[in-house]
Amino acid sequence: MAEIVLDHVVKRYPDGALAVDDFNLEIADGEFIILVGPSGCGKSTTLNMVAGLEDITAGKLIIDGQVVNDKAPKDRDIAMVFQSYALYPHMTVGDNMGFPLRLAGVDKETIRKKVGEAAELLELSQHLDRKPANLSGGQRQRVAMGRAIVRNPKAFLMDEPLSNLDAKLRVQMRTQISRIQKNLGTTTLYVTHDQTEAMTLGDRVVVMRAGIVQQVGTPAHLYAHPANLFVAGFIGSPSMNFFPGQLRGGGTVVTALGEARLPDRVRQSLDGAGSTGEVIIGIRPEHFEDASLVGDKPGATFDAPIDIVEAMGSDVYAYFTMKGDVAHSQDLDDLAKDTGNELHSGGVDVTARLDAAAQVQRGRTARLWYDTSKVQVFDAASGKNLVAAVR
Amino acid sequence: MQPETRNRKLMWWGVNTVVLLYAFVPVVWIVSLSLKDDATLNDGNYLPTSPSTESYSAIFSNSDFLRALANSIGICIIATLIAIVFGTMAAYAIARLDFPGKKTIVATALLVSMFPQIALVTPLFKIETALGLFDTWPGLIIPYIAFALPLAIYTLSAFFREIPWDLEKAAKMDGATPYQAFRRVITPLAMPGVFTTAILVFISCWNDFLFALSLTSTSAARTVPAAMSYFTGATTFEKPTGPIAAAAVVITIPIVIFVLVFQRRIVAGLTSGAVKG
Amino acid sequence: MTATPTSAAAQAIEDVADDGTVQIAQQRHSDAKKAERKLGLMLVAPAVVIMLAVAAYPILYAFWLSLNKADLRRPDDNEFIFLDNYITVLSSPIWWTAFGVTMLITIVGATFELILGMGLAIVMHRTLVGRGLVRTSALVPYAIVTVVAAFSWRFAWTQGLGWLAPETSAPLTEFWPSIWIIILAEVWKTVPFMALLLMAGLALVPEDLLKAASMDGASAWKRFWLVTVPLIKPAILVALLFRTLDAFRVFDNIFILTSGSNQTSSVSMVAYSNLIRGLNLGIGSAMSVLIFLTTGLIAFAFIKLFGAAAPGADAGGKR
Repeated sequence: MAEIVLDHVVKRYPDGALAVDDFNLEIADGEFIILVGPSGCGKSTTLNMVAGLEDITAGKLIIDGQVVNDKAPKDRDIAMVFQSYALYPHMTVGDNMGFPLRLAGVDKETIRKKVGEAAELLELSQHLDRKPANLSGGQRQRVAMGRAIVRNPKAFLMDEPLSNLDAKLRVQMRTQISRIQKNLGTTTLYVTHDQTEAMTLGDRVVVMRAGIVQQVGTPAHLYAHPANLFVAGFIGSPSMNFFPGQLRGGGTVVTALGEARLPDRVRQSLDGAGSTGEVIIGIRPEHFEDASLVGDKPGATFDAPIDIVEAMGSDVYAYFTMKGDVAHSQDLDDLAKDTGNELHSGGVDVTARLDAAAQVQRGRTARLWYDTSKVQVFDAASGKNLVAAVR
Repeated sequence: MQPETRNRKLMWWGVNTVVLLYAFVPVVWIVSLSLKDDATLNDGNYLPTSPSTESYSAIFSNSDFLRALANSIGICIIATLIAIVFGTMAAYAIARLDFPGKKTIVATALLVSMFPQIALVTPLFKIETALGLFDTWPGLIIPYIAFALPLAIYTLSAFFREIPWDLEKAAKMDGATPYQAFRRVITPLAMPGVFTTAILVFISCWNDFLFALSLTSTSAARTVPAAMSYFTGATTFEKPTGPIAAAAVVITIPIVIFVLVFQRRIVAGLTSGAVKG
Repeated sequence: MTATPTSAAAQAIEDVADDGTVQIAQQRHSDAKKAERKLGLMLVAPAVVIMLAVAAYPILYAFWLSLNKADLRRPDDNEFIFLDNYITVLSSPIWWTAFGVTMLITIVGATFELILGMGLAIVMHRTLVGRGLVRTSALVPYAIVTVVAAFSWRFAWTQGLGWLAPETSAPLTEFWPSIWIIILAEVWKTVPFMALLLMAGLALVPEDLLKAASMDGASAWKRFWLVTVPLIKPAILVALLFRTLDAFRVFDNIFILTSGSNQTSSVSMVAYSNLIRGLNLGIGSAMSVLIFLTTGLIAFAFIKLFGAAAPGADAGGKR
């Protein structure tokens, strides 16, 4: 087990394309780090560089205090779980799991013992003599995990290991991976494009976009204090709602939701940033509420023409469109491209997550409230979050 | 619906029959010739009226033919084995590894496969005479390997390309050197492809006539196709039809067995390399 | 494991900085890359050496011979005569007759092969019954030794012996009947190969596309011409290229069927006669070089005109 340091790591392909630019990260021993971002953001390239499957163009990769840039994968002592599982089809489950040990010249008895232990842990003991072709998707995934575990490597690298499983199994395996990682305490670098996995699994999450790290932090921190529009829009499901607006003097902001006065804490940090003028306001779905249920908590209210209501039991999702300009920025356009959600309805589409008791009906106008103290304010031009994070 | 399906099936059986006739009429004819005896040989009938094994006894008591058969089998097997080993190595490298000059090698192989063999007959004849390889097994084996290699490389690299990349990456991560990845992960998975390619290469060597004709002068290395053209009958003007037909049948048997047993693999092999382009 | 992992790592960075190897050169290749290159070159080396030794060197040698008198019947008279051999060949009616015959066999043969091959491919691809049987039988002509098949055709057309031979004439002693029989033998042998290449193309046409076309009101004939043919064009071109080059080299069938009598020699036959029977290496080599150049021209024309992708042309691509 070891710490891993990426120091100004750059990946540039021979054709000049920049896949990863100036990646800096110190991963502590035993930490579970998630690399998340839309496809093509450089997260898998980064993982492959750590693995040694791709060359590092510039910068240094340090594992356990040693620069390993020029080392072959086999000399780095790290294990990898592939999206396709990459099980050797001609070997039994046991042979698959024992393969790294066999290559390392470990004696047969030890291999048998270690494979047995790993199989026990992953509930694969009765399948050891079967071929991968005869296993279910979930079992194959566990064999791939087992192959990584048996040799007790310095670190695990996982490249979207759950994306080939169906939704239910994915949740189940997610908790199992988390448990195994905590038990073994092995440093883990985990790549995913699924923000739910990122939020639930990681000690820290690295959000990447177009080869550049956007923000590094704990899931809770990323959620509460996204550094920019991209992170704000990427983390959280359903995602944050964005409204273009003008920041006026005295801490008021004008948006499609009307005029609202920002609380002192937000205002102070805005003053610090020295910004007035065009901004984009971000509000998470759960920071809306039926105005009649709120009481006199500070916040702002507005009338929403409700289009669709989805009662989920514990909450109610209300969808509506506010007239006005749609927020435009490079960050948000990139996100829209990634999700394929490029349809616009001539206004700001809003998702609000309300209490189950909320009185909203399809086709009716409802009076809604939002929590101004949770509002994020982004610079319209740069996409930077203007509200300073409070730790 | 029912009668329509039946009609279509009947239609397809009709079409299939045409294909079968197409494929087998010349083959059955040569078999039937080989079974005719002297008396009925020239009756012009498609099928023999009084089958006999006269011709077969004749060729199997002919030392030149037996020698040629041994040459054919030995030369083709050795050439196939060597071409497969070298071809597998090269195909793996071309399909999977990054190294300088790869494009040139692919182009060379393509060029060789399009080569008119006749253009090589003279220089090979001269070179082999100088090296003492003329009219020997290696004298045929070496050109056979050279012309089998492009076929082997194309077919095999198509098979290699179908093996998922992740398996090699996984092998590397599991601590394998590139050679170990090749030897322990890729080769076992490529075995069906290697086997198929071996059949195709063997067929192409077995089929050769031009080299066998021009790079041999005695029965020391002459293979059956060349030997057949040298069969002489009672008179110099008339070729001994019966024995030639019998020899033709004998060298056809192994190929027909291959085709019957490995039809699926041969189809896969012939088509995999060709259409991906 | 230190108690403060991050600082240990930071220390490591500095250690490296101190010993002067910080500048990890941009152009260096990692161990893995180097090992890969070395392995790659080692693996292709034997194949490349053999191909070069048997093909590249001899063709250069043939070119050299073609510039010399090199007549084995008069070995003392060998001298450098530059293009004289080519002039002799190119002004010889024998060469041009052979060239015409070869082109005729190539073009007519390839046309029939394409039509019949397409038919056979569709049968093998579509047949509802006995698919394995059809495919297996179709492989038989491909697999049979050309010389064997040629003997079968020769005997079949031999007067007083064969079941196809007419009573009153000997077709293999006349020019046109001989040419047609040669084409028949070539076509019979190679249609299955053509059909297999085309069938592989057919297999790549998505069934849904044909269903959609049929829902859009296309007849079977229209579906074939408007959907299938454009989609399998690459397969058709590759198959045609292969067959054209192969047909141009026609030798075995002619050697057995007519031995080149009655002006039925192909260019390969003529070259062979000069080389092996006439022992005139200079003239023979000049012919060899001309055949080689023609082959190259045909391949070049195919690739330029139709953009035919040679099989394995994408083999250079990684991933």
